[in-house]
Amino acid sequence: MSLYFTREHEWIRLDGDVATVGISDHAQQALGDIVFAEVPEAGRKLAKGAEAAVVESVKAASDVYAPVAGEVVEGNAAVADDPALINRDPEGEGWFFKLKLDDPGEVEGLMDEASYRDWVKTL
Amino acid sequence: MSREVHGGPTDDRQARGEPYRGDPDGGEGAPTEEIQTLPLDGWHRSRGARMVPFAGYQMPVQYEGIIAEHLWTRENAGLFDVSHMGQLLVHGRDVDGALETLLPGELRMLGDMKLRYTLLLDDHGGIIDDLMATRRGPDFYLVVNGATKHGDIAVLERLLPRGVVVDHMKEQALLALQGPRAAEALEKLAPGVGELSFMEGGAFRIAGHPAWISRSGYTGEDGFEISVPAAAAAAVADALLADDAVRPVGLGARDSLRLEAGLPLYGHDLDRDTTPVMAGLTFAIGKRRRAEGGFPGAMRILAEIENGPPQRRVGFDVDGRQPVREGALVLDSEGNEVGRITSGGFSPSLQRPIAMGYVASHLAEPGTGLKLEQRGKLFDARVAAMPFVPHRYHRKGASA
Repeated sequence: MSLYFTREHEWIRLDGDVATVGISDHAQQALGDIVFAEVPEAGRKLAKGAEAAVVESVKAASDVYAPVAGEVVEGNAAVADDPALINRDPEGEGWFFKLKLDDPGEVEGLMDEASYRDWVKTL
Repeated sequence: MSREVHGGPTDDRQARGEPYRGDPDGGEGAPTEEIQTLPLDGWHRSRGARMVPFAGYQMPVQYEGIIAEHLWTRENAGLFDVSHMGQLLVHGRDVDGALETLLPGELRMLGDMKLRYTLLLDDHGGIIDDLMATRRGPDFYLVVNGATKHGDIAVLERLLPRGVVVDHMKEQALLALQGPRAAEALEKLAPGVGELSFMEGGAFRIAGHPAWISRSGYTGEDGFEISVPAAAAAAVADALLADDAVRPVGLGARDSLRLEAGLPLYGHDLDRDTTPVMAGLTFAIGKRRRAEGGFPGAMRILAEIENGPPQRRVGFDVDGRQPVREGALVLDSEGNEVGRITSGGFSPSLQRPIAMGYVASHLAEPGTGLKLEQRGKLFDARVAAMPFVPHRYHRKGASA
């Protein structure tokens, strides 16, 4: 399994041709207390860059975009029920959705974990 | 994650690494100058505050987290730094009569050391700012909004008679201690403050420093606002924070607390397009003032009191869990636009979304079902009586 990140602070964990997508620890810290999350339903096809999910904190609303193209296998009902889970475990249990990738090679254009963590320090 | 899609009074766009530029429509005197620092800047940073530019200053938006700070204030005592607000001392001949030409409040009959909530109005009855006025012996002490203070001072200096002078007390910091344990905590440092009633003030010493303390605030809770010399602000804040009941609270929770309390925020729920009657602030126009007029926009305002305003500020209970925020449209059952949301968010105390906005007067009755539209999505909502969370002011001898 390999872990990738985007400049929009999403993480993508690839297992075969299925990617689990969430927002980074940096992103949840910047958002603050998360009070709402809306995740996509299974079966939805997402183009790269399409609006996939919504996350709202007390102070801000953000869209989560599909970092790569694919079909939604599962939306995480746990974060819709308990949005604060994203604050507690952003890069684990607080994932947003799982995507069956059209082209698993597409992730190669994304940042690896070390590059992302270094880049975040410069923000 | 990308593209923050909301701007609010203490919006935080740091997820994109983009600093918030302060209130985008902050009314009069919205800051264009460089962001300044306040006396407690270092104090906030050393206590883990996240600082954001607001009203022209670096301000603490949160420390441990907005929800925790909000709930702490409702149950204990929250310490807020509101030194960005303008503190003015107005003095001179017939100062109360002079101020009454610009403010619709009953000021002539206002007792010494008493506070009054009032409004600075333009000639059309539009609201230039909302403020607190206190009679302090021969003077009036005004506390005005941070983003509007320079504009307010310009208006006052232009329109007050020559014998009346406005001093901007730039050397004073302003703290607020709010919550059910505020009185117990403050009494230890400033003996006698517990004797104050809601909307009363007085001169005290706190931790050895001179202070002007009033029993007032912006959270709906019992509490105090404490004006101290800037040089003493850190020592006073430290002394307050030494009490176990007291924690620092940022602007984020200040906004969610005042929304639950149904209190309007200037530049969002109030502006020059709103009158006191539209805004549900008719209580701020004294009985004698209604009979006599003689304040800016009196004709329009008195007619609105008599015949009703075209729109009214109301609260909304929003179905579901998603916050509906400033800028959302209010629609009737046929989809016609009948109003606009001016403040909205998630209520930490009620654990559900609440909002405030303006609707056509015939739809302003609590319980009226309406739709809200935000980013192409419709939400079911009902007009709600405000406050959403009951006020708990300390009114001595009153049945409230």
